[in-house]
This record gives sequence, structure tokens and C-alpha cells, in this order.
Amino acid sequence: MIIKILGSGCRKCVALADNARAAAAAAGKPAEIVKVTDFAQIAAYGVMSTPGLVIDEKLVASGRVLNAEEIGKLL
Amino acid sequence: MSIFGWLNDQLLRMEWLSDLVTAGVLAVGLDPGSRLGGSVQFFVYDVVKIFILLSVLIFCISYVQSFFPPERTRRILGGRSGIGANMLAALLGTITPFCSCSSIPIFIGFTAAGLPLAITFSFLISSPLVDLASVILLASIFSWPIALAYVAVGLVVAVAGGTLIGRAGMEDQVAGFVRGVPVQDGDHAMAPAERLAFARAQVGEIVRRVWPYVLVGVGIGAAIHNWVPAGIVSALLGQDKWWSVPAATLIGIPMYADIFGTLPIAEALVGKGVGLGTVLAFMMAVTALSLPSIIMLKRVVRTPLLALFLAVVTAGILAIGVLFNAITHWFI
Repeated sequence: MIIKILGSGCRKCVALADNARAAAAAAGKPAEIVKVTDFAQIAAYGVMSTPGLVIDEKLVASGRVLNAEEIGKLL
Repeated sequence: MSIFGWLNDQLLRMEWLSDLVTAGVLAVGLDPGSRLGGSVQFFVYDVVKIFILLSVLIFCISYVQSFFPPERTRRILGGRSGIGANMLAALLGTITPFCSCSSIPIFIGFTAAGLPLAITFSFLISSPLVDLASVILLASIFSWPIALAYVAVGLVVAVAGGTLIGRAGMEDQVAGFVRGVPVQDGDHAMAPAERLAFARAQVGEIVRRVWPYVLVGVGIGAAIHNWVPAGIVSALLGQDKWWSVPAATLIGIPMYADIFGTLPIAEALVGKGVGLGTVLAFMMAVTALSLPSIIMLKRVVRTPLLALFLAVVTAGILAIGVLFNAITHWFI
């Protein structure tokens, strides 16, 4: 499973990446966390408020730092 | 005194807190009238007041903002044009949740969906400039007439700036990839519980982000308030000095700080006789433009459009500064 964090590297993106990592670990699923910081690539997902969360190429959330529990439900 | 006046003094200006802090300063053996005691009083009162207001305001405002994600704003603005559309964009800019790291994705999202540059820039100028929380803080630290005047001129800059940029015909000055970006409407309506979670998260996130600016800002404010002689301040930035507004604007533009950090400095400067226009110009320059945001914007627009944007916003801020200095006596 590939989890992408879309964002220019602000504090929210770091928090979201940490939560995603924790969620994957709690669910016992091997996941690769990829940070996408290039605006062209971020925009290609249709995201207008960062951070965005993409799981296996599907945009599941944007503009909000989901906690590990919420991400767990989406995995 | 009217009920409204009492509520305003106690809830917004928090006079009870000022009295409490004064009592506390006396209790530890300091004279609030002395320099040291006065500085401590200013610092403690302002820090506590700003953090209380910040937390309550951000929570309420974020709840309102959760109804207006950028996707919805884009739908509302789609297909519109003319000065009315610029005004709508400027107004929506004040209620769309915004952090400076989102300005570029919003620019790309709006432009890719075919919104004219005039509307996109009206939104991008008003969004950081006229933030709901900062308006209420302005009312708390200064007064409602000043806060409302700030909103009015902020919106005028956004509408006029966007219109001018639209007139310049620079639609071709946008980085090539922007127009090729697919437009997706990914937003879903939030449930009430999600809105509350969003509002709570915003409070935590914003307080964590701005607290150093608030402490530094209040510290500088307290220092100016009690240690810097008014003569020096007014000799440098007094209302009668023609350079005060340009100097305040040019110092403010590259700075990256939060309006919550600049307000206490503004408060102290006005107390030392600096013109209201000079102080507003400084705050607007700090919030509307900063070096990091200019560098980010450079990645999606070509230099002529970036230069025009900077020139238009700077000119607007200068005009507001000069205007407010001329009419300071209406407010203070």
C-alpha cells in the first residue's frame, strides 16, 4: 500500500504523515509513506487545501489533519 | 453605560482581566505605574487576552469556515465576471479557511477551472488580509470603528487590485502546467461532528503555529510601551513624517509574521503617537505579502504578473496608510 501526503511541507503535512504511519502500523499493514511537495503533482489530484491524503492513488481527504484512528478506517 | 458597551468592555476588551493583572502586579510588589511594573502588566494582560480571544474566535470561525471549503468557493465563483464577481471573491476570501501554504494550490485550482485572474487575485489578496479573527482582535485592541474601517479598506484593495490585474491582460503569464491540471470536485459535506473536530483541530494548529509570534510581538510591544521614549518613536515614524508610511510598508513586506503577533506592536506604536495609517500599513504589509509567499507564487506565475501583483498590493497599502493618517482624528 502506498500512502501519499500532499503538501508543501508545512507543519500540518508532517503531522498527517506521522498519523498515517501510526495508523498503518496499528492496522498491521505494510505501507510506504510518500511525501508529494511538487505543486503540479499536488494540483493533479484536485487538492486545493493542503494537506491532502492519497491512499493507493485515491484522494481520501484534504484540508484537514486526520488522526490515526480516522486514517485507520480508510485503509 | 449601555449593555452593549459593558459587554464590549468586559468580553472583548477584557477590562476584568486588566484589573486582575494589575492586582497581581501590585501583589508581587511592583507598581503598575512604574516602567517595570507597567511592562509586566502589558505583557501578561496582552498575552493572556490574545490567547483567550484566539482560541474562542478560531473555534467559532473555523466552524463557520467548514461550510466554505475552497471547492465550494470555486463553484460559487464559477462563470461570473465583472466588479460584482470581484466583490464576491473578496468577501469569500474572508471566510474560506486559509493558510499561506494553501494559497498556491488554490491559485492552481481556481485558474485551472477557468476563473479569470481578476477574480482569483481578489480572493488571494483578501484571504490573508481580512481574516475574521484579526478583525475581532482589532476591535478588541483598538475599537469597532477602526476594525470595520480596516475590513472596508482591505476589501477595497482586494477588489481594486484584482480588477487592475485582470485589466492588464496577463492570462498568458501563468505557468504552463497550471491550465492542464484536471478539475475535480472532491469535497464532501462534513457531518456536524466532523465540523466540531475540524474547528478544534484548527484551534490547536493555529495556536501552536502563532504562539512564538504572539510572545515576540507582545514583548516588543511591551518594550515600546514602557521603555522607548515617545520622542524617538515620533521622530522616526511620526505622522508628520512623509516617509513613515513607505518605511512601515517596506519593512513589513518581507516579514513573515502573523497578524496576532503584529497587533500588540501596533497597539504600542499608536500609544506613542504613530499614525493609525502607518500602523495599519505595517500590519497589512506583514500579512498580505511575505518573502516565502512571493517565492512560492513565482513557481506558478511569470515575473511580469508577479511584479504587477506586488506593485498593485504595495500601492494599495501605501494609499490606505496615507489616507488613514489623514483621517486618524476621526477614530482616536
